Amino acid sequence: MKLKTNRQGDAPKIDAKQYKIPKMSKIKNTKEKRHRDSLKKTLKSDGAFPYLCLLPSLIGVMIFFIIPFCVIIYYSMVDNPINKEFVFLQNYINIIKNTAFRKAAVNTLSFSLVSVPLAVVLSMLLAMLLDCKIPFVSQFRTSFLCPMMVPVASVVLIWQVIFHYNGVLNDFLANFGVDKIDWLKSTKGQVVIVALFLWKNLGYNMILFLSALNNIPKDIVEVATLEGAGVFYKFFRIKLRYLSPTIMFVTVLSLINSFKVFREVYLLTGDYPFDSLYMLQHFMNNTFRNIDYQKLSSAAILMAIVMVAIIGALFIAENKFGEDVEG
Amino acid sequence: MISSKTSVSVKRRHGLSKKAQKLLMGVLTVFAAAAALIFLLPTILTMANSFMSASEINANYGAIFSTTEEGGKTFISEKINLKFIPDMVSFSQYYTVLFKSPDYLFKFWNSVILVVPIVIFQLAVASLAAYAFARLKGRLKEIIFFVYVVVMLMPYQVTLVPNYLVSDWLGILNTRAAVILPGIFTPFAVFLLSKIMRRIPFSLIEAAKLDGAGEFQIFVHVCMPLCKSALFSVAILVFIDYWNMVEQPLILLSDTSLYPLSVFLSQINTGEIGLAFAVATIYMIPTLLMFLYGEDYLVEGIAYSGGIKG
Repeated sequence: MKLKTNRQGDAPKIDAKQYKIPKMSKIKNTKEKRHRDSLKKTLKSDGAFPYLCLLPSLIGVMIFFIIPFCVIIYYSMVDNPINKEFVFLQNYINIIKNTAFRKAAVNTLSFSLVSVPLAVVLSMLLAMLLDCKIPFVSQFRTSFLCPMMVPVASVVLIWQVIFHYNGVLNDFLANFGVDKIDWLKSTKGQVVIVALFLWKNLGYNMILFLSALNNIPKDIVEVATLEGAGVFYKFFRIKLRYLSPTIMFVTVLSLINSFKVFREVYLLTGDYPFDSLYMLQHFMNNTFRNIDYQKLSSAAILMAIVMVAIIGALFIAENKFGEDVEG
Repeated sequence: MISSKTSVSVKRRHGLSKKAQKLLMGVLTVFAAAAALIFLLPTILTMANSFMSASEINANYGAIFSTTEEGGKTFISEKINLKFIPDMVSFSQYYTVLFKSPDYLFKFWNSVILVVPIVIFQLAVASLAAYAFARLKGRLKEIIFFVYVVVMLMPYQVTLVPNYLVSDWLGILNTRAAVILPGIFTPFAVFLLSKIMRRIPFSLIEAAKLDGAGEFQIFVHVCMPLCKSALFSVAILVFIDYWNMVEQPLILLSDTSLYPLSVFLSQINTGEIGLAFAVATIYMIPTLLMFLYGEDYLVEGIAYSGGIKG
């Protein structure tokens, strides 16, 4: 006991004598401290360079996106660009009453409503399929990614051959006694577009899910396996939790991409497609042609608001759902 | 890298015998193969059809594309004949495209001259901005970054209106600059690169500073070399996106002679179906080559993009 206390008591004393830091530093004050200070300064100071770096991009974004967007908000609330009388929400009321806009909005939203969940679920399934230790995984990955790399314009021809009234699909379905339909000129048009959308986008989403699956801590899954958790339990209680940020991201991404499906529709059917395929971008294109700034700007802002609302809601939902795992 | 090496999934548990497991694997593989076939088929068919002679194409697909034509030609069959292998391999489509109808080559050149500057300058501007976002701290930076993300998330239907307005102000409407300039400043690459640059360990930057490197030198000699592969992946992603563009030229260019091939291709099928497949194939060559040589970069880039919160 005595020894111990002695030792314990002594030790700090010796330390204090050995390292009399204040004195030492006083002696070396002049040179070393100045050196150290200057080093600290260089480490801390970032200089103006990072700010300069941001400048080109910031100016560009300001000029091409932010400033004109503010002007558009203004345009959307005046009666016309010359008169500039303030009408507040009148343009918005007009645009909501516009039948073409409504048709386009309904078509686009119903397309997104169907295609986005499908894109999320199917790409997750594809990722899990490739995560199952099946052979030829990298070849499968390549082929699933391939559509993403093929320009829409290049495969449009094949789509036409397949979905035309006299096309391959009708030929094939005729074997089962299904009547011919002109896919792109019927209410079934949306089915075709959903299929094309999935064909193009599943690969990208799948890669996102694959990398997320790879990031799930292995030990948790292994412990669950040892404890006797079934495949479904592991999926719903563990994997899905860790995948939730990715699910959210893929949903947002698919939503944005679903607005780009206009490409396929335009390349297949042109400016004035069948009613069920008339998308918001068609409406915008046709409005651009007679440059009606009021219509354009109120439509654009309405869409921006809807986008922000949807994405914000998704963020909040994801935060609630995935709060117990740090993404 | 994403691979199946470390995956944990369908395993011995829940009492599957080895035989049943093998069977399950077999079924899954067949399923994956079928899916893969569907994904690949349209591309392969397009390529295969590009080696048919014009008359063969007309014979096979006349029933489809004749309906869009006004002066009705007589076609050999009313039935569609989708074929994988041409009756006779012929380069006549390519010959016609390359040597007889320069229009398509002009359009191809239009695509190149629009997309290449966008990719190069977007990467240049974005790598600088991303560096700034990775180095700067504080509330203001976060707000600016948030604005970038919001702009990035907006669909073309929204962003094209501001773009059109500015092009009108600057008087560059209906010139290539109207498409190129907004393309350069699109925040997508900034977003992706700044996520990557944030991963550069701060100690590396500190070490460079202690060695007397200035901020510019750190950017050029520390940051850029570390981001080389990321730059490749972002470049590929940006390239595909713009190689595919349809919305921007339709609205910002009214002169159809400036249209890139991605828009122009849709107008081929009305007339010259006999060479459309060759043009389509030529148009996919650049992106497919990139895919062939840069698939790993591409996959890496996609994986980086995951998770908005970064």
